[in-house]
Amino acid sequence: MSDILTPTEEALAEAPPPKRGGGALRYLLTKVGGGLVSLALVIVLGFLLFRVLPGDPVLTMTRGRPASKEQIAELEAQLGLDKPLIAQFFDYLWRLLHGDLGESYVFRVPVTQKILERLGPTLLLVGTATVIAVALGLWLGTRSAWRRDTRFDRVSTSVALALWSTPTFFLGLLLMAATSGWFPTAGMVYSDTPPDFFAQALDIAHHMVLPTITLVAVVYAQYQLVMRSSLLEEMGADYLTTARAKGLRDDLVRRRHAVPNALLPTVTLVFLHMGFVVAGAITTETVFSWPGLGLLTYDALEKRDLPLLTGTFIVLAGAVIVMNVFADILYRVLDPRVRAS
Amino acid sequence: MRSRRVALGITLLVSALVTVPVAVPAGASTNPAAQAGGGNQTQILRVGVTQEIDSLNPFISITRTGTDILRTAFDYLTVYSQEDMSPVPALAESWETSEDKLTWTFHIREGMKWSDGEPITAEDPAFTYNLMLENEVARTANGSYVEQFESVEATDEHTLVIKTKVPQATMTALDIPIVPEHVWSTMSDVGAEPEMPMVGSGPYYVTEFEEAQFTKMKANPNYWRGAPKIDEVHFVYYRNADAAVQGLQNGDVDLINRLNPTQFDALKNDPNIELVQAQGRRFNEILINPGAATADGKPIGTGNPALRDIKLRQAIAMAIDSQTLVDKVWGGYAEPAAGYIPPIFSDFAWSPPDDVKREFDLDAANQLLDEAGYEMGPNGVRLDKQGKPLNLRLLAHAGDNIDENGGPYIVGWLKEIGINVTLEPVSDTQVNEDTTRGDFDLAFSGWSANPDPDFVLSLQTCGNRPNAQGKGATPDSFLCDEEYDRLYSEQLQELDRDKRIDLVKQMQEVLYDRATMVILGYDNVLEAYRKDKWEGFPMQPADSGVIMNQQGYWGYYGATPAGEGPVPTFDENGMMVSDGSADTDTTTAAGEDGGSTGLVLVIIGGVVLVLLVGGFLFARGRRRTADDRE
Repeated sequence: MSDILTPTEEALAEAPPPKRGGGALRYLLTKVGGGLVSLALVIVLGFLLFRVLPGDPVLTMTRGRPASKEQIAELEAQLGLDKPLIAQFFDYLWRLLHGDLGESYVFRVPVTQKILERLGPTLLLVGTATVIAVALGLWLGTRSAWRRDTRFDRVSTSVALALWSTPTFFLGLLLMAATSGWFPTAGMVYSDTPPDFFAQALDIAHHMVLPTITLVAVVYAQYQLVMRSSLLEEMGADYLTTARAKGLRDDLVRRRHAVPNALLPTVTLVFLHMGFVVAGAITTETVFSWPGLGLLTYDALEKRDLPLLTGTFIVLAGAVIVMNVFADILYRVLDPRVRAS
Repeated sequence: MRSRRVALGITLLVSALVTVPVAVPAGASTNPAAQAGGGNQTQILRVGVTQEIDSLNPFISITRTGTDILRTAFDYLTVYSQEDMSPVPALAESWETSEDKLTWTFHIREGMKWSDGEPITAEDPAFTYNLMLENEVARTANGSYVEQFESVEATDEHTLVIKTKVPQATMTALDIPIVPEHVWSTMSDVGAEPEMPMVGSGPYYVTEFEEAQFTKMKANPNYWRGAPKIDEVHFVYYRNADAAVQGLQNGDVDLINRLNPTQFDALKNDPNIELVQAQGRRFNEILINPGAATADGKPIGTGNPALRDIKLRQAIAMAIDSQTLVDKVWGGYAEPAAGYIPPIFSDFAWSPPDDVKREFDLDAANQLLDEAGYEMGPNGVRLDKQGKPLNLRLLAHAGDNIDENGGPYIVGWLKEIGINVTLEPVSDTQVNEDTTRGDFDLAFSGWSANPDPDFVLSLQTCGNRPNAQGKGATPDSFLCDEEYDRLYSEQLQELDRDKRIDLVKQMQEVLYDRATMVILGYDNVLEAYRKDKWEGFPMQPADSGVIMNQQGYWGYYGATPAGEGPVPTFDENGMMVSDGSADTDTTTAAGEDGGSTGLVLVIIGGVVLVLLVGGFLFARGRRRTADDRE
């Protein structure tokens, strides 16, 4: 968990010059610049990574079907695979400059269109799960730190850890079997749900229950543990003694004084994880056949759909980079100490 | 102040995350063809499929599920019969060939209509085939069928004349969906997704496609064989096969296939579920690299040169026991090895007669190797003719049942005859690449055969070997045998079906003798459906076959709801023999129960509310703290 704290440490270590306005601008530029460099690397890597993997896409596509030599050659030409790798790379860069991620080999539609189609369901599912997991984690973390070493602390911490270490795949299937018949087993809506808004929304909510529970169960522990440990650090602090000396109720001491200060590392963690929201939960989406980006990535990998893989890779990595930069900036906003130094 | 804004921002973000995406997909799917929903009297067959559809464009789609749906949506000139998969009339009522076997005249049935009411004429197949001849994109999926076409012409409304470059026995097996000219001639991009609803000629036509979710088909009232008994077929996508099994038990879907033996056995006790153990059309094999070479005969790859000796290959073949693999690896859900063409294709299938047959016999294999001069070296490993120990690699698909669980058996058997084998499990694509380049000694492989055996037979010809880069073909065992190639071209030109069958059997005998591959067995296809809702489905072939992924549309077309039996069968001309048309009075079980849905919504609503209130309180708390501090 120590990596979570890096933004502060980094920011403190960098020690921008005393001139205040210039410092802020430089800080911003450094962070954004760093993000852009990472993005450039991701773009190059995204191309190379999937092309050094074994597996000729045309071979994978034609395997097991009647395909003559002429047809294979035709397919290679159609997909641009007959050109040398370096020419393919420049084609790719040139298209990317125009915001074009190429065309999917398997689906024969633009990759951008494919990704946008799948973004909605993923944001919905993973977004909801993240919000619930954060809220649950923070609440449980606060409570167990405040009452550390009580039975509540021990039980809730071990439950969180146990769930965290359960394989998502297993948990998902277990939930599905245990609630047999109450919840749908696949997808986002039933195929025969009437098309009106209310019926659809209701059906989507019904389909979301199990995947959301699975996702929440698997991730909330990290929020709880970080919250718990950072609150424990604050608990010996002098200002709490002062607050108590003022005669504040224990509840208020916790809520107004201890928690806000302990919240900083958790906020960073939350924002870092927001980047991964887009990446979704590949496993959860696979278990529940949720038509999101994670499922798309999984399928693309299986079918050696190179443009689609590269596209999802750039989008997923891009989201993490953007959220990272955002977390850095946010940290400066939230913590006056980072600004002052 | 700033912190308050941040908190407000977070709250807004949260609510946006929760509400906006709900609205978007719900709004998006309000579009076409949804008149069907609602009514309880619509009879829907829900099919769970575990493979995503690549495209519903008949010129592009290559996936199993995509072709399955398109086979149901578009009819062909000829179709494979339900009975035994011999070609039977479909859009073409009859056909004849010229003396020189190069001109085929198909007589197109009169009075047929597309699902939109337009007449089906000879112009439609002519348009479809010509489009494929002219347009590279239109050849993507089925291009190999038109390769030998010289010209295609509709001489009148009901006559289609096809001229081929060389005689083609496969002309009654053209697996090309015929598209309506009046729709497709106006499309600017042949490769684009077709508009919904998609005008078709099969028993059902596609009305809606939600990617990675479901495809809906409606009964085609104009279908020339007569409309199906049910109203709709929905193909529901499951990424996870275990979830699909659960879905079947819960009643979310009615029919699923490609179960594994564990899932299949687990369903045995469910009183509502009928299990179907069907013959499969896939053969599993071990390739033995006989000295891989390119199409022009240049040796490639890293195959062990000792395997060029036919005696060594035959001894290896003799040391592999198909029956044990069937029992132990496939749990009995497979058929033991015979010839190259799986027994499901009863016409073309061949099994070695006693005088040719190699029984599993380790002693005989050892003796064969002794006679052939492979002396036993130290450590129980024989030496090849150069005096090097016989060490072979066995390339396997990681995660595949037969590869992972059958591999150790094969390693064990070959050890008994003094051959040291190392099992190398790698990814599927790696296996494909290595075998295509000839970089293997032994390798697991397998193909799904078609009712017309031409394609799988062509895999073993000299011409099917790759180019110098190890590309441009899908070779199998790298066999290059004069006798085999001669028989191959003979069968392709033999228009008399019985004579052709005889040639194909001879080819299989050659393959068996050359032992560049050892057939391991043919795994069954395991399917299951809800017998409380469905009387049954026509299977192909009729007594032992599959419901889904047929070479035709009989299974879905003849779907019979419970109490409306008997299930129809179709004769050797593809016409319905028995049709239990009882009056429909059974109500379809409603797919979902509103009670739990409502409950769930309340729960979710509650959670969201708690979160919002929590966020608000948190924001207030933070502001106060900030105030306190200042």
